[in-house]
Amino acid sequence: MTAVIEASSVTFRIGKARLVDGIDLRVAAGETVAIVGPNGAGKSTLLRLLSGEFRTSNGAVRLKQRDIGAYAARELALRRAVLSQHVSVSFPYTVEEIVAMGAGDSSLAAARPLVDAALDEVGLNDFRGRQLPTLSGGEQQRAHLARVLVQLACGEAVHGPGLLLLDEPTSSLDMRHQLDLVETAKRRASNGTAVIAVLHDLNLAMHFAGRVVLLQHGKVAIDGGPREAVTAEMIRLVFQVEADIQYTDGGVPFLLPHTMRRAAIST
Amino acid sequence: MSAVAGSGERPHHAGRSFRPPAPLTLICLFAVLLGAAILALTVGAAGIPLRRLPAALGLWSIVPPDPLTTRDQLVLWSIRIPRIAAAAMVGSLLAMSGAIMQGLFRNPLADPALVGVSSGGALAAAASIVFTDSRLGENLRFMQNELLPMAAFGGSLATTVILYAIASRAGRTSIAIFLLAGLAIAAIANAGVGLLVFIADDRQLRDITFWLLGSLSGATWAKSATVAPVLALALIACLSIARGLDVLVLGEAEAFHAGVEVERLKRISIVMVSAMTGVAVSICGVVGFIGIVVPHLLRLVIGPAHALLLPAAALLGAILLVGADTLARTIVAPAEMPIGILTAAVGAPFFLAMLLRQRGMAGL
Repeated sequence: MTAVIEASSVTFRIGKARLVDGIDLRVAAGETVAIVGPNGAGKSTLLRLLSGEFRTSNGAVRLKQRDIGAYAARELALRRAVLSQHVSVSFPYTVEEIVAMGAGDSSLAAARPLVDAALDEVGLNDFRGRQLPTLSGGEQQRAHLARVLVQLACGEAVHGPGLLLLDEPTSSLDMRHQLDLVETAKRRASNGTAVIAVLHDLNLAMHFAGRVVLLQHGKVAIDGGPREAVTAEMIRLVFQVEADIQYTDGGVPFLLPHTMRRAAIST
Repeated sequence: MSAVAGSGERPHHAGRSFRPPAPLTLICLFAVLLGAAILALTVGAAGIPLRRLPAALGLWSIVPPDPLTTRDQLVLWSIRIPRIAAAAMVGSLLAMSGAIMQGLFRNPLADPALVGVSSGGALAAAASIVFTDSRLGENLRFMQNELLPMAAFGGSLATTVILYAIASRAGRTSIAIFLLAGLAIAAIANAGVGLLVFIADDRQLRDITFWLLGSLSGATWAKSATVAPVLALALIACLSIARGLDVLVLGEAEAFHAGVEVERLKRISIVMVSAMTGVAVSICGVVGFIGIVVPHLLRLVIGPAHALLLPAAALLGAILLVGADTLARTIVAPAEMPIGILTAAVGAPFFLAMLLRQRGMAGL
């Protein structure tokens, strides 16, 4: 299958430090990929390289068979969208204005159907007239998700399904909204969008992704389905944590660190 | 996600924005500007009552001719109208450059005066006053009046170019370094002005002080004519950067992700701010706080979207400076109060109030 995004021997250096070191990664249309790993493993840096925000020191990133650096910013925005971990807005833009920013140069009136659909999907329809800085962190993150969904929809209308990059998108969300976000991302994947998410929560990663890429010291330690990638041995080696892996009735793995298990038994 | 708002969420009517429609806002501001200009035409050292104004403006003639009409016409067309026009245009430039800089820095407290652009202009202006009076500048003394605004404009531009060179590397601009370098350059420029004040004689000192405190008393038709094209260009260019400045509020990386050519936007904004500030300083010296007060007041009423904020700032900036200048030339008539004193007297407490409000919001 043709790759939507393809990283070949990608290296990113700052001074002598190699934050990302010779990574190869191909993600096809409709795939859901979770990038996991300990702090400082290079997850967010890899995502920034895949988004075109950072230029590689070595190697190449190709988006839809074209070097990512060759796209102008607007062209790129119509083919890939990025949701970051934390975006702070210092001026009193309304939720609706922020979400409409996903529609590029289109006026608010032209973008309204997309804005309405996205606000509905993230459950913020009643908040559209509110000033973004007055919302809670989680509500703000959902507004930014709606903005990214609008951007994705605009791109889809022109160039077909593209790439959705999520950088630790669930950090300010409660459990229900974490699961909602995962479902939203999966829906996009089922339409043919390639979805790559940096996630800290391994259980959420295994629930979300068809493929898990585990990074360590800027390199791919393992790349495979959740059952192959997330094993007790790998958790011990990479995170230095003892954990049990169990499976739900549907076959989705979930892990329970031993310290938590002891705590659960003692209570 | 489900559309059902959870029970733990706050009532969604809090913080809801009610904003007047854009055309209404602009029409109202324009009407107020017109009113302020008419008021400014009538008051001053030589009062021109409203009933004599149409004749003085040449709209219709009075039969038999009023002996005061000729004097009124002279006052209006030679002194007052060019001055009001200059005040309005300079106010527009200062307010718009403040709004653009705040959008660029994503900080409502940013102002061209803050990053030394105004100080650079003031230093060059003060230097030209001292230089043309010295033996070295003897040959240029005949064009002292022309040299001063050119020096102010050049100083502002040079400051911005130096700032940009310091803050940019390989096509990327660091806003934090730009801001900090600006503070350092402002300090250097102020030290330079201090040195010039120290070596200046009494007459030069009076000139420099008047320049530093700001005044529109030197406004002429020729000066207004140099501001007009800059203002027209600025208004057109503002429309092309408005959308980009909106998205930039998300941060540089997010703006790039959303499709904004961030480096290009920053370059255009920086050049615009320096040109607009430079032209403003060259006409009336350093007039602070218009660039902070106007955009802030407008954001409270019409919201922060730049497509409306920038033209509205141009109008409100014009209203404020026409009002301040009218006050400056009337409250101690026949003398004039430097306009910078008035804008600082109103603007500085306003600035402090904004800081205290931000401190409160930060929980300090």
